Amino acid sequence: MRLSRVYVSIITIRHRGLGKATYNLLMWSWFHKFGSPRWFYDFSTRVLPWLAVLCAAFLLVGVVWALAIAPSDYKQGNSFRIFYIHVPTAVISLVGYYVMAIAGAVSLIWRMKLADIVMKEAAPIGALLTFVALFSGAVWGKPTWGTWWVWDARVTSMLILFFLYVGVIALHKAFDNPEQSGKACAVLSLVGTVNIPIIYKSVDWWYSLHQPATIKFTEESTIHPDMFWPFLVITTGFYLLYAVALIANTRLGILQREYRTQWVRSRLQE
Amino acid sequence: MHPQRKQRLQIIVFVLIAVAIAAGLLLYALRENINLFYPPADIAAGKVAVGQQIRAGGMVREGSVERSEQNLQVRFVVTDYAADLVVNYDGILPDMFAENAGVVVAGKLTENGEFEASEVLAKHDENYMPPEVAEALEQSGGSSEAEY
Repeated sequence: MRLSRVYVSIITIRHRGLGKATYNLLMWSWFHKFGSPRWFYDFSTRVLPWLAVLCAAFLLVGVVWALAIAPSDYKQGNSFRIFYIHVPTAVISLVGYYVMAIAGAVSLIWRMKLADIVMKEAAPIGALLTFVALFSGAVWGKPTWGTWWVWDARVTSMLILFFLYVGVIALHKAFDNPEQSGKACAVLSLVGTVNIPIIYKSVDWWYSLHQPATIKFTEESTIHPDMFWPFLVITTGFYLLYAVALIANTRLGILQREYRTQWVRSRLQE
Repeated sequence: MHPQRKQRLQIIVFVLIAVAIAAGLLLYALRENINLFYPPADIAAGKVAVGQQIRAGGMVREGSVERSEQNLQVRFVVTDYAADLVVNYDGILPDMFAENAGVVVAGKLTENGEFEASEVLAKHDENYMPPEVAEALEQSGGSSEAEY
């Protein structure tokens, strides 16, 4: 519906000459097009299989390289390999929170249905990633630190992240009206973004048991290249897995939300 | 941008800034409590009361670990290179416990200024390398250990 409105206004403006309104329309028309659930559904139908194949390839190569080929650590031995699951899931659980919050902001500002669906579908994926990061951290912590759990700044703020994700899921389920739940979830996810830089910097700001970052962007990483390359491959695989999961979930969300419309019925009959 | 959307964007940005300031103030007020442990320098400066349950953390000083012949009793020095803290512990140390490596001990400060630990945790550093590389580094005289 939005799409047709855009085209109608482009036609009317052509008769009045090019002005600021035209510029705005051209600027924003791609944005509104992308916001159409129907366009996203058809686009993702074409893209998703390729993305899934690419993801499987990266994960397969990454897992074999990280678990079988990469050398063991001089101190931790083979238990260091938990790093290859722990770090990517932890990093993507933070990035995924921003994905959810930005989608929430877009749905609040532009009242865009697709953004609302993306926000709600990102929450369970993020919660799962955070859980895997916490769990793998506990499994690593027992032989390394000597304890499963410690209430230091990093671990505690990660637990808060998990509760924020679970909170968004719960809030979403608490409303019957998708528009109301959308607003509430968007506000909660936006407020929760404050936690992300705290998690990231927690090991630098406070004394914690968790060590500072190994992979650094501004200075040299403190990991041997033979261990770093498999990490890069498996992390790319995890990012692709996140994308595949989010797109697949969003498609399901679109079908659930739009099942009454003509286009969904025609797609499902195919 | 549509004026109504612009206004909604402004409200969101305003709320985010307000929440960030509130969180910042909260964390600033709680900073002492968020720290997992006290460095030995703080303990030497008398910031910790005797008998209070706390955690202390730092590096295990090289050559300071003394193990008892009869039981699990162990004694070592935790340092932040500004002050030292003598730690007594009766129990099993974690595998990663080593001299010149990070450690966090939970317990109480005693009258004589030593620390009675009830729990010892190894603090791992952020350096990862294969054993051959660590060996080569050690032979060439470079330190394979992280700076505290």
